[in-house]
Amino acid sequence: MKNNIAVQIDDLTVAYNYKPVLWDIDLEIPEGVLMAIVGPNGAGKSTLIKSILGILKPIAGSVTIYGKSYKEQRSLVAYVPQKGSVDWDFPTTALDVVMMGTYGSLGWIKRPRQKEKKAALEALEKVGMLPFKNRQISQLSGGQQQRIFLARALVQDASIYFMDEPFQGVDATTEIAIINILKELRKAGKTVIVVHHDLQTVPEYFDWVTFLNVKKIATGPVKDIFNDDNLTKTYGINYKVSIQE
Amino acid sequence: MDIQEYFSLVFTDYTLRTITLGTAILGAVTGMLGSFAVLRKQSLLGDAISHAALPGIAISFLITGAKDSNTLLLGALVSGLIGTFWIRSIITKTHLKSDTALGLILSLFFGFGMLLLTFIQKQPNANQAGLDKYLFGQAATLVESDVWMMAIVTGICLFVLLLFWKEFKILLFDKDYAKTLGFNTNAIDILITSFIVLAIVLGLQTVGVVLMSAMLLAPAAAARQWTNSLAKMVFLAALFGAFSGVFGTAISASQNNLSTGPVIVIVAAVFVFISFVFSPSRGLLFKQIRFIKNRRDLELHKTLAFMYHIAETHENISHPHEVKILNNFHGFTKGTLKKLVEKNYVTLQGSTWSLTNEGFQSASNLYNQLTKQDE
Repeated sequence: MKNNIAVQIDDLTVAYNYKPVLWDIDLEIPEGVLMAIVGPNGAGKSTLIKSILGILKPIAGSVTIYGKSYKEQRSLVAYVPQKGSVDWDFPTTALDVVMMGTYGSLGWIKRPRQKEKKAALEALEKVGMLPFKNRQISQLSGGQQQRIFLARALVQDASIYFMDEPFQGVDATTEIAIINILKELRKAGKTVIVVHHDLQTVPEYFDWVTFLNVKKIATGPVKDIFNDDNLTKTYGINYKVSIQE
Repeated sequence: MDIQEYFSLVFTDYTLRTITLGTAILGAVTGMLGSFAVLRKQSLLGDAISHAALPGIAISFLITGAKDSNTLLLGALVSGLIGTFWIRSIITKTHLKSDTALGLILSLFFGFGMLLLTFIQKQPNANQAGLDKYLFGQAATLVESDVWMMAIVTGICLFVLLLFWKEFKILLFDKDYAKTLGFNTNAIDILITSFIVLAIVLGLQTVGVVLMSAMLLAPAAAARQWTNSLAKMVFLAALFGAFSGVFGTAISASQNNLSTGPVIVIVAAVFVFISFVFSPSRGLLFKQIRFIKNRRDLELHKTLAFMYHIAETHENISHPHEVKILNNFHGFTKGTLKKLVEKNYVTLQGSTWSLTNEGFQSASNLYNQLTKQDE
């Protein structure tokens, strides 16, 4: 079933200044998986996503989305950055932020109109944030801000979603709401790639996993490779995690 | 001349009209663009740009020997742009933080500019005097063509702002995300920075190198206090900037010997002060009032809740109890008790209190609300 390759990465090496953050990564992400990228702090998880999306320039290697460069396939890809990467005191509303998801398909100069607004409102509805559409973004809780970011990506109506720690600093209710949306996306045949920190929830939430620590340690179905051996290799200590069957 | 006289003369007197229009337009365009600088947390950029413009003024005088303001400002524009893009490349290519890069370029260019100015002053040339007016600005030297120049630049700036509004907004809020959507963030960045440089250079003649950054920051900082919408903020900043220009000119024209630039900056600072104190949502005053009011309400609720718990245990909810059993621990003060009586939640008889029906009802509702919130 999963024979199409959504994202293919070959020999990817990325460095800030002199120290390599990612070293010679080869990775194939099959279409339709809900994949977690796990690894310790500084393992290059965010860097990997940013390199795929062309935000960072790799030193070597190539990334293709369904066989073509990111530039050509941009409309197939949506991105949820880390919540902390923006200033939430920026003077704008929740609806306005979600509307930004339509800017890519609009292109230069063209303004969002009714159609774009309708799409943004629908996305807000999906993440349960419709009642807050006119709220100034600084007056939203951390979990609500995260949902706004998720809604912005949903508006892009992409095939592949990249999310950088969407569960960071959110309460249990929001976490459940978000994971339900991710599972719905997978059900609709989308590919979802998530930088994830909470190892306990990996088997419950995801069906595919990539272990990363500067180098790629392992990648594959959670049920086959999410084990103490790979965790120890990635985190460098004797790691024991009880996997719920 | 007093202020009244000024306003009666402003429409007829050529010089006054020119200066007033000039400072108003200048205030509007710097306020508008200043909003972007403030939101990008590049407040110091304006300072660096204006200081970086000084050597350009001196060099263009040395080359042309003319004191025509357009020629000198062209030099200022070139060296301002060089300084700005130097700062950009220092930030992207080295480990230095942006404040260090800004400070470095600011002092380097300003030092070089001052060096050139003293060199020019030593020259045996009768035409040299007056270049130092660019340090603190001299609005009185504005002529009609200068004002036209400012109006044209402001018009172009407004047009570009409206055209690329969406692009500017997404760059300010989330640059990386804008990049993934396919926008050339570098181009947007260069566009907006170039306009900031242009606006600053336009103001050098009026406000001067040293104070120019205040024109960029003060109206924007004041405007941010009053609104949570980017469009309204930019509009308000332009308005505050324009008013600072007009009032500043009026004050300096009506009080002899006050130089216009500093007065405009002081007026802009008054806008900032008023906004920081009196803005309804972000101002210090209302914040403090809200804080005190919330505290009082909580005390009141706490006392009422305690009374409710006691009354609950009695068959008759209006059974009288001693005031003594209330204490600070339950949020009780003489004031809160008086307030509760005023609200008709409690009746006082000598040294005893009893809960009214109304008080009981509202306390039980309060209690429900609190537990609901806790869930």
